[in-house]
Amino acid sequence: MSVFAFYLFAVSVIAGGLFTVISRNPVHSVLWLILSFLSAAGLFVLLGAEFVAMLLIIVYVGAVAVLFLFVVMMLDIDFAELKAEMARYMPLALLIGVVILMQFVMAFGAWDANDAAEGLRQQVTDASVTNTAALGLILYDEYFLLFQLSGLILLVAMIGAIVLTLRHRGDVKRQDVVAQMMRDPAKAMELRDVKPGQGL
Amino acid sequence: MADFFFNTTLGMILLIIGQILLVVVPLLVALAFLMYADRKIWASVQLRRGPNVVGIYGLLQSFADFGKYIVKEIVVPAGADRPVFFLAPMVSLVMALVAWAVIPFNDGWVLSDINVAILFVFAVSSLEVYGVIMGGWASNSKYPFLGSLRSAAQMISYEVSIGLIIIGVIISTGSMNFSGIVDAQKSDYGLLSWYWLPHFPMLILFFISALAETNRPPFDLPEAESELVAGYQVEYSSTPFLLFMIGELVAVVLMCALISLMFFGGWLSPIPGLPDGIFWMIAKMGLVFFLFSLVKAITPRYRYDQLMRLGWKVFLPFSLFWVVFVAFAAKFEWFWGIYARYTVGG
Repeated sequence: MSVFAFYLFAVSVIAGGLFTVISRNPVHSVLWLILSFLSAAGLFVLLGAEFVAMLLIIVYVGAVAVLFLFVVMMLDIDFAELKAEMARYMPLALLIGVVILMQFVMAFGAWDANDAAEGLRQQVTDASVTNTAALGLILYDEYFLLFQLSGLILLVAMIGAIVLTLRHRGDVKRQDVVAQMMRDPAKAMELRDVKPGQGL
Repeated sequence: MADFFFNTTLGMILLIIGQILLVVVPLLVALAFLMYADRKIWASVQLRRGPNVVGIYGLLQSFADFGKYIVKEIVVPAGADRPVFFLAPMVSLVMALVAWAVIPFNDGWVLSDINVAILFVFAVSSLEVYGVIMGGWASNSKYPFLGSLRSAAQMISYEVSIGLIIIGVIISTGSMNFSGIVDAQKSDYGLLSWYWLPHFPMLILFFISALAETNRPPFDLPEAESELVAGYQVEYSSTPFLLFMIGELVAVVLMCALISLMFFGGWLSPIPGLPDGIFWMIAKMGLVFFLFSLVKAITPRYRYDQLMRLGWKVFLPFSLFWVVFVAFAAKFEWFWGIYARYTVGG
């Protein structure tokens, strides 16, 4: 049963990745990418890492891919033209791809797994500890400082992005929320009795 | 017989399918009457009669609508992206139904009792936005496209505060399992020990965020008829439209279930001494659904910039502050330890 699920997810990860690259429509590409993410989350569940799987879905599928889709839908770029340009470099790309593949084959082909390695891979933490708790202990106890520092780096990156893109324009009409909330309903509206045929 | 169901693969699959049907079929039947209730409440607030022709008091109105939708012709716009156009309503319905796999209705009455149940619901509800985006884009039309862009921004914004509110509840409980969350609210004081009391500000925030997340009025900007005709649903007709509508309503009922489980003690009895049971869960969900329909009737629609401001500048800082507050209150057991109800671990 779980073998069947594994092959289902594994095939759809690869198919999703493949169609992300070869589909003509960029929106379809993003949708295939989402399928790939979801299947990867399924593989994590099969490995027993349900917390990581859920985070993958929440962060990548629920937020990042939505923004991708958002941007891709609004861009008006002729991707077919870009891809035609790409065909010129195809031989070089294929060469690099083959070299990397050969390196992988040579590296992994010579691997000898220790018999104990299989057992170690099965259960990283004690079976009574849920993997949410295990991750929490590692992040917030053991590597607390590093975790905080990486958060700080992200904060700096965010502030940098805001500083680079923020500009105050004078010609834009803005909503003054405080003024809107402070309005007096009695003054905002006035009832007038209009005589027929006269107008205001 | 029991041997067949518990020991063979085919038997297990049949058993699981049976359990799924046991959840989905009553849910969809209840949905027909909830839709009727929604329209009746809306009508009563506005001093109208509401549906009152089909069946006694119009009770069968939803079934008549259902029949009407499925026999109509499916119209596909000429420039539409057909696969995505038909995928969108299916995604919308399936994602709304999948989340029910981890919702318990009574002690142990749950399809899949996983450790990260609340994260699962959160993850699946964050996927619901795809039905809307895909539908709006695939229609190849201006109003649906604008509607889907609005919806994408809106749902992402309010997911952030929903996530932070959920974190507050998780800190108090020490578990992400719904049964754990409900058990943590159990005590001899009945309804006074539920999370609505210690997490009261978050209950209000969650309710409002749930309205925005499910595109309900006053935050139904993706389908605001005065500006966008019907938003992402403009080009949909017949069964695909029906799927969108059911998906949306299932998502609303799911939010009712979440509020009942996280803040109102799920199947626990409000008065000490009375038996706990599924009827309390259903009653609580019904009450929350009543509030959802009432809000639809009595509030005017928000402006889009107001909606974004509320999400990012009011809800996000407040819920972030609340997470920090709950973390301290749970750690140092302030307020007689009402924020620290660890049932598992700690």
